[in-house]
Amino acid sequence: MKNDIILAGVGGQGILSIAAAIGLAAVKNNLHIKQSEVHGMSQRGGDVQSHLRISDKPIASDLIPKGKTDLILSVEPMEGLRYLPFLSKDGWLVTNITPFNNIPDYPGLDDILKQIKLLPNHIAIDADAIAKQAGSSRSSNIVMLGAASPFIDIPFERLEDGIRQLFGKKGEELVNTNLKALKAGRDFTEKNR
Amino acid sequence: MEKLLLLGDEAIAQGAIDGGLSGIYAYPGTPSTEIMEFVQGSKQAEELNIHRTWSANEKTAMEAALGMSYAGKRSMVCFKHVGLNVAADAFVNASITGVNGGLIVVSADDPSMHSSQNEQDSRFYAKFSLIPILEPSNQQEAYEMAYYGFELSEKLNVPVMLRITTRLAHSRAGVQRSQVKKQNQLHLPSDPRQFVLLPSIARKNYKKLLGMQPAMDVESEKSTFNTFVDGTDKKLGVIAAGLAYNYLMENYVNGKNPHPTLKLCQYPLPHKQVADLYNLCDSLLILEDGAPVIEEMLKGFLNLGKPIHGRLDGTLPRDGELNPNIVAKALGMTIQEGQDIPDIVKNRPPSLCQGCGHRDVFEDLNEVLKAYGTGRVFSDIGCYTLAALPPFNSVNSCVDMGASITMAIGAADAGLIPAVSVIGDSTFTHSGMTGLLDAVNKNSPITVIISDNSTTGMTGGQTSAATGRLFEICQGIGVHPDHLKIITPLKKNHEENVRIIREELEYKGLSVLIPQRECIQTFARRKKADKNESN
Repeated sequence: MKNDIILAGVGGQGILSIAAAIGLAAVKNNLHIKQSEVHGMSQRGGDVQSHLRISDKPIASDLIPKGKTDLILSVEPMEGLRYLPFLSKDGWLVTNITPFNNIPDYPGLDDILKQIKLLPNHIAIDADAIAKQAGSSRSSNIVMLGAASPFIDIPFERLEDGIRQLFGKKGEELVNTNLKALKAGRDFTEKNR
Repeated sequence: MEKLLLLGDEAIAQGAIDGGLSGIYAYPGTPSTEIMEFVQGSKQAEELNIHRTWSANEKTAMEAALGMSYAGKRSMVCFKHVGLNVAADAFVNASITGVNGGLIVVSADDPSMHSSQNEQDSRFYAKFSLIPILEPSNQQEAYEMAYYGFELSEKLNVPVMLRITTRLAHSRAGVQRSQVKKQNQLHLPSDPRQFVLLPSIARKNYKKLLGMQPAMDVESEKSTFNTFVDGTDKKLGVIAAGLAYNYLMENYVNGKNPHPTLKLCQYPLPHKQVADLYNLCDSLLILEDGAPVIEEMLKGFLNLGKPIHGRLDGTLPRDGELNPNIVAKALGMTIQEGQDIPDIVKNRPPSLCQGCGHRDVFEDLNEVLKAYGTGRVFSDIGCYTLAALPPFNSVNSCVDMGASITMAIGAADAGLIPAVSVIGDSTFTHSGMTGLLDAVNKNSPITVIISDNSTTGMTGGQTSAATGRLFEICQGIGVHPDHLKIITPLKKNHEENVRIIREELEYKGLSVLIPQRECIQTFARRKKADKNESN
């Protein structure tokens, strides 16, 4: 088993929380993991990505080679497209459709969605709206994790454990909101894939 | 012992703690910052009473670590590659004094300049100083090298450099811990003059350092971090240093690499192992992240003998970090790529946060500068450097920490009057204060704006050395009180701030303005913490 995942977004959108939840779940499942992150200057409103590799065998490189990524999980629609050179032929793009517009030349949303729809394997989801319904607009990154979960070879219950571990210190209420967000994302993909 | 999921930086911190660390000194800088942050957050470090505070700059950090080593205890100092330039005076001389307690110098290089002004390779500095380098290929080795580095340092009586790059610093993997070692007892050097670098003593110490080189070679030859694996295809042998080894192996499914390969993670170069590989193969490929340090050594000036491929002959790009694809191309493999990036995808550079006080400072300043024209703002390294980009396009220089004030002095000396310097509070205490003294002594016709957000913002909000005391420091350095002013960078003060800046630009002597407003990131974190506490 081997999953090569690129998490994409803008600095401050919470992709490292997604990485942490998957990482905790992977470790619980006794899998090997390497996860490369962007820190520092680029975090201030710039594009950020994390290469996340999970395998039942030892992993060599911290970076995923081009054309070998199984899943791009993007919390912002344009950012998902930035990493297409890394996506394998059978790979999936799972993306939020709510734009994070902090640049003057941000493209039209229709054009972005058109590009996304050209991909054979894609899930486009309004994670912000679903997160709001689940109880917290700040959980949209966890909705995205749920939406991507069918493409990650870790049992769903383990991802739930990861969420419990990640938010446990911050109280029961936040854990439950995020578990609800995770499930809502998963349900969306199950219905729409 | 338990297995932990750690960043490369965190693995170094945990390895040092478990290896008997007594004190860590550092100045924040991406990608090294998380080493100190991990030790500061560690309960174990707290229980062991390990000293762990930020220093004003890399030189003071290096010297404090050397002082702890003098007193017999194990110390570590951490910074990024350009920080080593700041610490260089102390760093190079520490190899001449030698150590008493083990001393590890962690320098985190940034090939591809993810967050830096250059991509210099710290291995040059260690080679220049004649000390060993440990270069981990993964997080486990990062842990083990920090753990073992103290011992190596004490055995060879020199500081040991632990060199990492951004990719390892900021990548996470499982790490197996070792037994926790006891800290050293306080004890003084057996030779009371060991650390006194008067010429007569320094000459003696230098000979001793040169005399230690064969012992360093022996350590590299027998190091378990350097390993040779034979292969069937002897047309090409590979030397893969540190992280580059992983990029090599990524290209061989099931780990079946046909080329005889030397994985090289401890320097000086193990002479015998390198020579054996050279004799065994028709040509060599050198894979190293950063500069062609090993390649140059093996090639020599006249480039005699068998072909040696690497960054110098174009087999690998001369700049930037390596990755599996670059290495695959160097091995003559074809790579499969996904789709191209669609044209509609636009660049998204980093920018100042919405609501950041620096924004108001540059809005005020830009309005005043309209009357004088562009090209007058000298700056240096910090969040505020982002004002070089649109929409501000305000900053005209960024060279090194502290260069804003001194470059403005030089420009004013050349006749560019007014010249403006914009520097942050942490950068000012790091290396701006001495430049300000120069400006005071000459009464340079420059305006220095110390944009004070009460933190080291760019690296995530570490303690700034002189929060709340900048006004007094400037007074103490001798800035005239009539031209030393604190302002508040807020929209509602725009007109007034513009007036003050204009007045000071027109003054034909030194002015210092201190716009003060807390970083909105640390402000938000503080409010959240207060709220959680009151709940």
